[in-house]
Parts: sequence; structure tokens; C-alpha cells
Amino acid sequence: MTFLGKLVPAPLLSAALFALWLALARSTSVGQVVLGLGLALAVPLLTSALRLTNVRVRRPLVVVRFILRVGYDVLLSNFEVAWDVVRWRWRRPRSKFVIVPLDLRDPLGLAALSMVTTVVPGTVWSELALDRRALLLHVWNVGDEGAFVARFKARYEEPLREIFE
Amino acid sequence: MSALLSGAIAFALGCYAVASVLVVIRLIRGPRAQDRVFALDLLYFHAMLVMLVLGIRHRSDTYFEAALLIALFSFVSSSAMAKFILRGEVIE
Amino acid sequence: MNQLPLWVEAAVAALLVLSGLFVVISAFGFLRLPDFFLRMHPPALAYTFGSWCVTLASILYFSMIESQLVLHPWLIIITLSITVPVTTLLLARVALFRRRAAGAADTPPPLTLRRDS
Repeated sequence: MTFLGKLVPAPLLSAALFALWLALARSTSVGQVVLGLGLALAVPLLTSALRLTNVRVRRPLVVVRFILRVGYDVLLSNFEVAWDVVRWRWRRPRSKFVIVPLDLRDPLGLAALSMVTTVVPGTVWSELALDRRALLLHVWNVGDEGAFVARFKARYEEPLREIFE
Repeated sequence: MSALLSGAIAFALGCYAVASVLVVIRLIRGPRAQDRVFALDLLYFHAMLVMLVLGIRHRSDTYFEAALLIALFSFVSSSAMAKFILRGEVIE
Repeated sequence: MNQLPLWVEAAVAALLVLSGLFVVISAFGFLRLPDFFLRMHPPALAYTFGSWCVTLASILYFSMIESQLVLHPWLIIITLSITVPVTTLLLARVALFRRRAAGAADTPPPLTLRRDS
């Protein structure tokens, strides 16, 4: 490993910490920049024992597209669930537990997938099988289970595999 | 501040108040411990939203820090309580 | 104090009203729905759309007041999108665990280890 690689073991984390510090301090004066740089260098070194694997994000374009897609899905699903709650008395959504077989193995990818599923209002991540081969989801409104699973895998799991694996 | 904006702020604050009352009813009714923990988490969240809206109303940045702190406290307390009712102890 | 243009005030007001409506709907659903796993869905409305609207409103408002781009309210969205899934996930685990322990009928069995494949 090069000297720079030792000094900055997690460049993404360092950059995020630096940006976070400046946003919290709300100024770009020299003192704050120095403090932020100090934090960005010190914290990844001090917490290196806590990180299991180094994040290596491939294909930043896929990441951006994935985030936009999740944001769009969250908006759509928000309106859907809100509308279903309002008319709960007249029409019940078909909610049930769905088991999704998983191909994604990377722990970081799985963490990202769990974030996505809990943030989208229509799905709740309930349980991951111990061998990470299947996932139990509670879905707000599902008509055809097979179609839902196929859509879920194509829409969320595929991009995550591209990014992390 | 115009009547439009102050009206909208009053409406939003009223909505948060009503929502908090509904959540408190769920907090009292239960029926299980996980419902109560979730209700507490939502109450924290409503407090955070109130802080953000008050920041707009008083044109002050200071409320933002309070909102961020409330968000972090809600995370810590809710996850600690969830751990507690899962295993009966907070730190494994 | 400078006076804001009308469209800014209208946009901020609309965002605040939307957020209020969504938060009330989510709390209503949280109170109304009969089952814990059903009840886990509506709070996500408030956690996402409710907070996004307020955050966007404050970004817009403070940016116009200080006549420069104010981006620090994004931190709220980022913090929430990291912390909320953790709490929700833990609570879902808790609910499954406790309901299985209590022997509730409508709870799915644990996902078994499939050794065949």
C-alpha cells in the first residue's frame, strides 16, 4: 500500500466528513477548513478497526442513476400509500409477506438494499436469512407475487450488484 | 412575513400537533411494546419537524441544530429501546 | 428585512402544507391500521416525504433570505436516511421475534437455511 493509501485509508469517508464539517460550521474560513481536514484525516484512521471492508464503489454513474430512481420510487410509493390509507375504510390493500431470493452477497450492498427497502414506504425489510440467500419483505400492496419479486430484483438488486460486486 | 406564509406555517404546526395527538393515542393503546417504541420514535420525529418549521418562522438558523440533535437522540433512544425489548439488554 | 417575491412564499407555503398533510395521514394510518406490520408502512410517509418537503422549504427560504445557496438542511435528509432504516429494521426484527415467541398465527416462520443449493 502506498504512503497516501495509508494516510487516507477511506477517501470517500474522509471527503464526506470534510463536507459534513464545513456544512455544520457553515463557513469556509481557514480555521474551519483546517479543523475539518484534521477530522477527515484522523477519524478514518482511528476507526479503521470498525470498518469490515473497504468501500470500493464502481461506476459512479450507476450510483447516481440508482439514487435518482430510488427518490422517484419513494415519491410514487408515498402517494400510493397515502391514498390507500385515506380510503382504508372502503378498499383494503393486499398486503402480505413476500420472500425474495437474493443473489446479492456483498454486506455493503445488502446494507444499501435494506436502506432502500425501508425508506420506500411500500416495503418493510423484515428478515434476512442467515445464509443471505433470501429476504422476507412485508409489502403494502402486492397483486402478483412473482411480478413483484422480478421487478424488485431488476430495479434494486441488479444496480447494487453492479456497484458493489 | 406575508399572511400566506404565516398561514401555511400555522397549518403545518397544527398538522404536527394533531399527528402527535394521534400518535400519543397509539402510544397509550399499545398493544405491544414495539408499538410504543415506534410511537415514541414518531413523536421525536414530529418534534424535529416542529423545530424546522419554527426555524422558518423565526428566520433563525439555531433551530436547525436543535432539529439535528433531536434526530440523533431519537435514533439512539429508539434503537436502544428496540435492542432492549429484543434481548432484554442494551449492550451485548 | 428584505421582502421575498411571491412565488417563493407560495412555494414554501405549498411545501409546508404538503408536509403537514402527509404527516397527519401517516399518523392517522399509524393509529388506524390493525396490524403492526401494516402500521410500519405509514410512518415511512412522514419520514420521507414529510421531512423532504420541510427541508426543501427551509433550503428555499433561507437561500432567498440570505441570497446565497444554503445547503445545510440537506444534512437532515442525509441523517434521517441513515438513522431511520436502522430503527425501523430493528423494530421489524423485534416484532417478528416477539410474535414468534408469543406464537401469533399470522407471522411467517423463520427463513430456514437452505443447504441444498
